[in-house]
Amino acid sequence: MSILVNKNTRVLVQGITGKEGSFHASACKVYGTQVVAGVTPGKGGTDFEGIPVFNTVEAAVQETGADVALIFVPPPFAADAILESAAAGVPLIICITEGIPVMDMMRVKRFITGKPVRLIGPNCPGIITPDECKIGIMPGFIHKKGKVGVVSRSGTLTYEAVLQLTELGLGQSTCIGIGGDPVNGTNFIDVLEMFEKDGETEAIVMIGEIGGDAEEAAAEYISKNVSKPVVAFIAGMTAPPGRRMGHAGAIISGGKGTAADKMSALESAGVTVVKNPALIGEAIANRLK
Amino acid sequence: MNIHEYQAKALFASYQVPVPKGGVAFSAEEAVSVAKTLETPVCVVKAQIHAGGRGKAGGVKLAKTRDEVAPLANEILGKILVTPQTGPEGKEVKKLLIEEGADIRNELYLSLVADRASGSVVIIASTEGGMEIEEVAEATPEKIIRCLVDPLFGFQAYQGRSVAFQMGLPKEVIGQFVKMLDNLYRLFIEKNAMQIEINPLIITGENRLIALDAKVGFDDSALFKHPDINELRDLDEEDPLETRAGQHGLNYVKLDGKIGCMVNGAGLAMSTMDVIKLAGSEPANFLDVGGGASKETVKQAFQILLDDPNVKGVFVNIFGGIVRCERIAGGIIEAAKEVSLNVPMVVRLEGTNAKEAKDMLAASDIELIVADTLWDGAQKIVAAVG
Repeated sequence: MSILVNKNTRVLVQGITGKEGSFHASACKVYGTQVVAGVTPGKGGTDFEGIPVFNTVEAAVQETGADVALIFVPPPFAADAILESAAAGVPLIICITEGIPVMDMMRVKRFITGKPVRLIGPNCPGIITPDECKIGIMPGFIHKKGKVGVVSRSGTLTYEAVLQLTELGLGQSTCIGIGGDPVNGTNFIDVLEMFEKDGETEAIVMIGEIGGDAEEAAAEYISKNVSKPVVAFIAGMTAPPGRRMGHAGAIISGGKGTAADKMSALESAGVTVVKNPALIGEAIANRLK
Repeated sequence: MNIHEYQAKALFASYQVPVPKGGVAFSAEEAVSVAKTLETPVCVVKAQIHAGGRGKAGGVKLAKTRDEVAPLANEILGKILVTPQTGPEGKEVKKLLIEEGADIRNELYLSLVADRASGSVVIIASTEGGMEIEEVAEATPEKIIRCLVDPLFGFQAYQGRSVAFQMGLPKEVIGQFVKMLDNLYRLFIEKNAMQIEINPLIITGENRLIALDAKVGFDDSALFKHPDINELRDLDEEDPLETRAGQHGLNYVKLDGKIGCMVNGAGLAMSTMDVIKLAGSEPANFLDVGGGASKETVKQAFQILLDDPNVKGVFVNIFGGIVRCERIAGGIIEAAKEVSLNVPMVVRLEGTNAKEAKDMLAASDIELIVADTLWDGAQKIVAAVG
């Protein structure tokens, strides 16, 4: 078992003929993911490395039965791409694009609320169920099939944690990047709920960072609803207030969203909080003993 | 991106949001000519810097007559203002806003903010104007009124009335208040703002509503839609190294420590700063070279790090996922040839082709210390810098 995606998942890639889209669509396919369609308006009827390309998401879904959309469309057009997949009834949409205007995301989030659509991202590395399918930009080879669920607001920091787990022989059930933007589709709580229900996941790594209160909300959720061991790391202990640290959402504003507040909220919820990101793997190993 | 008060007020005026009459001045002479165009003898001389807390720092003065304008302007121009938001080094005042004195009956607070948790614009209002809103929220949370605006339907008049009645505004200003909110929301959406704050918003003796202050911040990701807003950028308000980094597609934030770091990915870059602290030193910066780090970006990043005189050592921490480590190693070798590196450097490369990359670095004649893990690297650079 795993959450959200597995070996039967059928992926369509929006922006498959672009620089990023073509590179990563190809890498996902090499990993073993079923990449069944590409969408690039105006290039319908052609193919990319044997993957049929369509003009619209609707046509791609009709012809191929794709059930996940992976988006590499540039920021000015990305919100439109998400809405296109949502309107075509694609149940899981993963948006990698960084730099989508916040207002665009507000409208998108409002549009999909109440619809049977889950959006992951934007500004995220994607999702991987090791040995089954990789839908995103993460390096597949550092992952190993197993029992630890990983959820994170960051990309490379997640790879750091995953590598530690893999080197300790601790595989992963599913790893999800929820993205570094202030307004995103899926939050920590959504993923924690899925990991709690997943029979295969035995422990959870949660990687947060400064800005917003998603970690505090997750802490409250964990204290009431999560029985599995959780290890957390919060990036940005040394970040100054009022400065945006790379991710659009990583900013301490009005004294809110500090790493210290998030760590203490999680500790109060019974989560093992590590201050040193090099010790994430070890902390999971200890909790699983 | 933030703009100055005088720019924000001009924007307000173009959206029919009432502001005091006034103008910007770059010298005492200009300040006097602006004052002559005003209708009241009393006028306010306000320092124009991006940081808040100007009043307490001595950056806002009242001229009781026009004769006082020139000496006050001379006093404030060129002054280094130190406020809680400028940091200890302060900010030099290079321009002033001269505007009419107002007849203040009540001071209110009003802001519109892109609220991340709800994914919508939230209106925040309070009768406690002129104070720090965070302090009001802490001491008297019941005096803060919040109202969410649906992103698909936009601001509705009933929401404005509801906020106005909850604040207990006099009936003469309720219509003005609803109209003002409608205009501010339109500005917010049309210009992709992230925050509009008016503190204080005043009610005058004649029951007129006027924005006495104006603070507007915009979404950097949406500036491509708004060349007019982009033109309001004031590079004097930004760190020159940060500006240069931005021009090369690097995400850089200058800090006060002595260990420069170069990392790929924002989360890992923040964590690298954190482990430097855990290892006993302080980071000199945040620097994310991004996923597509090339030889050229690595070179630019080195130059920016080394142009910071506080930097006494460099820690390169790259997790090669999609980016192959040997390409980064090649970039480091090339960059080291062109940039004179006179401080210790620790390099930690992990991920795709990390071994080949380490071999390349070992075979080159660059003086560097190789680290195996994030923690190992942090300890080594802290030890090397001493």
